[in-house]
Amino acid sequence: MKKRDLISKRVKDIPPSGIRRFFDIIASMDGVISLGVGEPDFVTPWHIREAGIYSIEKGYTSYTSNYGLLELRKEIARYIKVRHNLDYDPERELLVTVGVSEGVDLALRAIVDPGDEVIIPDPSYVSYTSCTVLAGGVSIPVPTTIDNDFKIKAQDIDKRINPRTKVILLGYPNNPTGAVMDREELVKIAEVAQRHGLVVISDEVYERLVYGVEHTCFASLPGMKERTILLGGFSKAYAMTGWRLGYAAATEEVIEAMMKIHQYTIMCAPTMAQMAAINALRDGEAQVKEMVAEYDQRRRVMVKGLNDIGLTCFEPLGAFYTFPSIKSTGLSSDEFAERLLLEERVAVVPGPTFGQCGEGYVRCCYATSMAEIEEALERMGNFVKRHRTQ
Amino acid sequence: MNEIFRILEQDARKTPEQIATMTGIPLAQVEETIKKAESDRTILKYRTMVNWGKLGEEQVWALAEVKVSPQRDVGFDAIAERIYRFPEARTVYLISGTYDLAVFVVGKTMNEVAGFVSEKLAPIEGVQGTVTHFLLKRYKEDGEIMDGEEGPKRVPIMP
Repeated sequence: MKKRDLISKRVKDIPPSGIRRFFDIIASMDGVISLGVGEPDFVTPWHIREAGIYSIEKGYTSYTSNYGLLELRKEIARYIKVRHNLDYDPERELLVTVGVSEGVDLALRAIVDPGDEVIIPDPSYVSYTSCTVLAGGVSIPVPTTIDNDFKIKAQDIDKRINPRTKVILLGYPNNPTGAVMDREELVKIAEVAQRHGLVVISDEVYERLVYGVEHTCFASLPGMKERTILLGGFSKAYAMTGWRLGYAAATEEVIEAMMKIHQYTIMCAPTMAQMAAINALRDGEAQVKEMVAEYDQRRRVMVKGLNDIGLTCFEPLGAFYTFPSIKSTGLSSDEFAERLLLEERVAVVPGPTFGQCGEGYVRCCYATSMAEIEEALERMGNFVKRHRTQ
Repeated sequence: MNEIFRILEQDARKTPEQIATMTGIPLAQVEETIKKAESDRTILKYRTMVNWGKLGEEQVWALAEVKVSPQRDVGFDAIAERIYRFPEARTVYLISGTYDLAVFVVGKTMNEVAGFVSEKLAPIEGVQGTVTHFLLKRYKEDGEIMDGEEGPKRVPIMP
């Protein structure tokens, strides 16, 4: 009998993650400082944790509505109204998801037909391309460069549009670069979306983590609410990564379509996480501001430190990442990351993990203690001194 | 500008250079602000929180609740001053409620603390009575959990 392939072609075609091998190296080493994390170093504020514990004590251990607890959706609607002056009907235009990760997947599967093209800034968060492929779509990377602080340009999007283009997928503030789009640039993209009748999926999970600038919600731009799927979450702002909770806001038609997939694959987001999130939205504002202030201080230390040791770094205005150039070492991003780990015990993520345009860069996360940041910078300084070629 | 003090309040060892980097405020301005704050007692002093229990050097702390009769023109201030001038009275607050002054007393032994309260504090003119509570265990002080707080358990590499 002819041996059949066990794994689907679609999944086989997705390249394995380049960072897996670093796990094994780190596991075998002591004293590693990791700037390779992708989440806050704060534990979820106690009052939010306590709300989750209380909900379990009270027996909230059953399913919720597929859409999520109405009470939570009402809080999310209120939050979006306060933050972005946008009205979403909590009963029909909001869906509680298992993190923004699920939101990205649902949005793409709800919108993309086989062969449809999805425009994605390069570099970007790793799931965008893979989820596009899993949805049967074709990802069209749009290069972004340090010359424009890794912001995507409307004209570069426009150039790549053809009749198969269906979606622009934006993730700003950006992981891995920390880039933030300003309003004028987004307005230009909105015009492109309008002109070509495109859907915009806007992953705004880092929207609270901006420094000295205002975050512009894409859906708040003129005419964009109807064509935007706004994705938000609790992970980054409230340090709730492990709770796995996010939300999608869009038109009733789109939310209905996303809910269809969600109800058959997930059923509903975890109930205790939803209960905790209600508390986060009601009482978490002060802690969010405190955490943002802390990140901002670390950001400045990291950016200055990297530039001082010769790893040129533009000033990222959002998220908790810096994206320094490592070109002065003559090493590739992968070599840099591996040697830095082996020689100096500092973990960073190679830029190409997030797309081809990440070559020549590494991602350094500053969501770690100031003492660790300072120590990591010193070790990296030693490393660069040894490897510097130009 | 208050950011400078928030940073120093958390870690007095931060240098003006570090603070300038952390805040984006020019170094000269940071230095000047600190200097001025030191001279006008906005910054009272720089100290270190020591967990003396770890060094095997136990201190005896007590909270003495002091009820006093306020005096004409000066209210509680004159009596408070008589009390806070004693070095044994480590912290002195005027508070609302069933008593007036909360005095944290520190000593090497229980006897020493008790002696201070009964021989020095209680006899002060205007002090109507004292109730002394000895401190048994410190869980958290000035925002610090004594046993330390567990950090997040993160995966070291994550996209």
